[in-house]
Amino acid sequence: MMDKAKLLQELLEKEKSGTLKAKDRLAIPAQDIPEQDAEARRRNVSEVALGYTEEQARIEALRCLQCRNTPCVEGCPVRIRIREFIGAVAAGDYRQALAIIKENSLLPAVCGRVCPQEVQCQEKCTVGRSLKDVSQAVSIGRLERFVADWAGSHNGSPQDAHRESGIPAVAPPTGMKVAIIGSGPGGIVAAADTRRAGHEVTVFEAFHKPGGVMVYGIPEFRLPKAIVRQEIETLRKMGVKIVTNFIVGRTRTIEQLMKEDGFEAVYIGVGAGLPSFMNIEGESLVGVYSANEYLTRANLMKAYQFGAGADTPIARSKKVAVVGGGNVAMDSARTAVRLGAEKVYLIYRRTEKEMPARVEEVHHAQQEGVEFHLLQNPKRIIGDANGSVTAIECLRYELGEPDASGRRRPVAIPGSEFQIEVDTVIIAIGNLSNPLIRQTTPGLEFNKWGNIVVDENCRTSMAGVFAGGDIVLGAATVILAMGQGRIAAAAMNEYLARKQGSRSE
Amino acid sequence: MFWAEVEAPLIAQARRPGQFIILSIDSDGSERIPLTIAGVHSERGTIELIWQRVGKTTAELARLQAGDAIANIAGPLGEPTHIERFGTVVCVGGGIGNAPLLPIATALKQVGNRVVSILGARDKSRLILEDRFAEVSDELIVCTDDGSYARKALVTEPLQEVCQRDPKPNQAFVIGPTPMMKFCCQVTRRFDVPTQVSLNTIMVDGTGMCGGCRVEVDGAAKFVCVDGPEFDGHKVNFDLMIKRLNAYKKQEQQAYDQYRQHRCQIGL
Repeated sequence: MMDKAKLLQELLEKEKSGTLKAKDRLAIPAQDIPEQDAEARRRNVSEVALGYTEEQARIEALRCLQCRNTPCVEGCPVRIRIREFIGAVAAGDYRQALAIIKENSLLPAVCGRVCPQEVQCQEKCTVGRSLKDVSQAVSIGRLERFVADWAGSHNGSPQDAHRESGIPAVAPPTGMKVAIIGSGPGGIVAAADTRRAGHEVTVFEAFHKPGGVMVYGIPEFRLPKAIVRQEIETLRKMGVKIVTNFIVGRTRTIEQLMKEDGFEAVYIGVGAGLPSFMNIEGESLVGVYSANEYLTRANLMKAYQFGAGADTPIARSKKVAVVGGGNVAMDSARTAVRLGAEKVYLIYRRTEKEMPARVEEVHHAQQEGVEFHLLQNPKRIIGDANGSVTAIECLRYELGEPDASGRRRPVAIPGSEFQIEVDTVIIAIGNLSNPLIRQTTPGLEFNKWGNIVVDENCRTSMAGVFAGGDIVLGAATVILAMGQGRIAAAAMNEYLARKQGSRSE
Repeated sequence: MFWAEVEAPLIAQARRPGQFIILSIDSDGSERIPLTIAGVHSERGTIELIWQRVGKTTAELARLQAGDAIANIAGPLGEPTHIERFGTVVCVGGGIGNAPLLPIATALKQVGNRVVSILGARDKSRLILEDRFAEVSDELIVCTDDGSYARKALVTEPLQEVCQRDPKPNQAFVIGPTPMMKFCCQVTRRFDVPTQVSLNTIMVDGTGMCGGCRVEVDGAAKFVCVDGPEFDGHKVNFDLMIKRLNAYKKQEQQAYDQYRQHRCQIGL
């Protein structure tokens, strides 16, 4: 720690005297984020990455070259003014840093943790490019998290820190009602932005707890639920009404909300919400889960506390196979580790290089003892007389020509079948789109994959109905959903203003 | 068997025969369980729930008193029953299955079907809703497994007799324990009587999100919560479904035992 303090002091003095050149900045060692010990964290659900200290954050911020052309901003789906917020961190003005982030991102404590920065802002970072290693780019995400957490520990709620009242200002009531369907990242942003414009906003959530994928999907060890609760609390304080156990399409249809209940604009942010299976033999055996089910049981229903305060059971697995190579597969594998599995195998049909998961999550999984079975894919799942899983039969693969996605296509090697003994299989190969809204909303246009068709302003084929996030994009990320929530909210505010204008004429 | 009338005006208004709800008693720690909607009183904004005490949550539910609240009820879930004028319909209910069957029989009667109801239970104490079925049925056959009330028979016996009649029934609806539905479907298949069954599988969200409720229908995986709960009984893989229903048997027993032991210790 002394070293860090000394280093920071030196750097600051150099900067002050104008002698901290680009060359010097590039020479500053990239700051690693302190992490919980891999062996210890196998036995708990606490957060793995612990966050920068103040010294680390400022040193890391001083690595930023303050490029005039800000390539990083182009990589950010919500265009945070990254250069400026990092400058503020370097100067020790965290309040200002937060204010800058909040101009564009409502949930920095979340995004700082779960955004795939290495393929967004950090991929474009000049520091990483100069050092020819994206992992050496300025850790923009960790700095964002630092700022949000700093605000949280200094002012109560991370997102309120820069505001006197602690709650974002809300315009005078417009008398117009907005319905937000789904309380995930996109819904939260759309609710906040439409509420700020003075509309009466209600968020409808199908589950008994708000937060969407941030509470049922992303595990506690990657995103503490207390952060999500705080964001929801801020919405409530802004005057947003949050209604849980309300399934739009079943409890009330969109048509009823608009024609009978007086909602003049609706945002659909229901997520993807229908797990894909592989359609192979044995997929309905006992012990085969979709990642959605496994994670929902573990996270939302707290199955890790079964018998000690939670009533929802989950398989007591010894050997688990997780199929897939994305973040959800990593989350599932690492959850299985924490639930006490002795062996967790991650089966992926391409190589580590093609994995869609974040590099950091892949490393975390490996550190925690997850065994990677690459270039393999299940052919069938084998069960015993009780219908319980006993093994998974896989084929070996090799990489062929690149496919439409640009990744090399995995090709099965004939006759390469082999079995792995497991008692649990978790399928984490993505989601299809949930049919509930489609079945119950005539007039709403969907594409052939069941995703809602929208224009660049997130407007659907129905007047007053907007949509964003996974139900539009297929599989996306928290930040992309938030970006769409913001675009949709702007379009909704404009739509409502016009509607109000034409009414008062 | 327990019965409750629950205030849930939006569900009462939206619900149609064949649909169900998911509830949890508290928001933290409680599990989510699906229960069928046995009836509705739109004027009071209430729904009727009927359940059997089989585990911790159903036991906790049974301890609630009039005026108590259930933290979470979401619904109505599932696709409603397809009701049409088939002609003669045989409705077979077993045990707790009589509860979801009643609104279906009622709706079938209302559109002009001739309704033959067959109700079965293990014994007299477990037979429910006989009077209410009498009101909506043109013919009512009641039996108990042990003969403690009415005819001593399994429901498959009278079902076979009804199927043997000329003309045979145009349609069957069967709701009850999974083995009972399986054997009833074997009977109706022999007589080529189309048969709808309503499945009650393990669920978490009830909206298609988790897929835990999947069953094999005609060789393909279907989700009971969004594709069902009703399916063509002649195409359902009941054996696999029974195995999946037992997936958490040990843990369910553990939770129930802990709960009962805890109740004993605190002297309730």
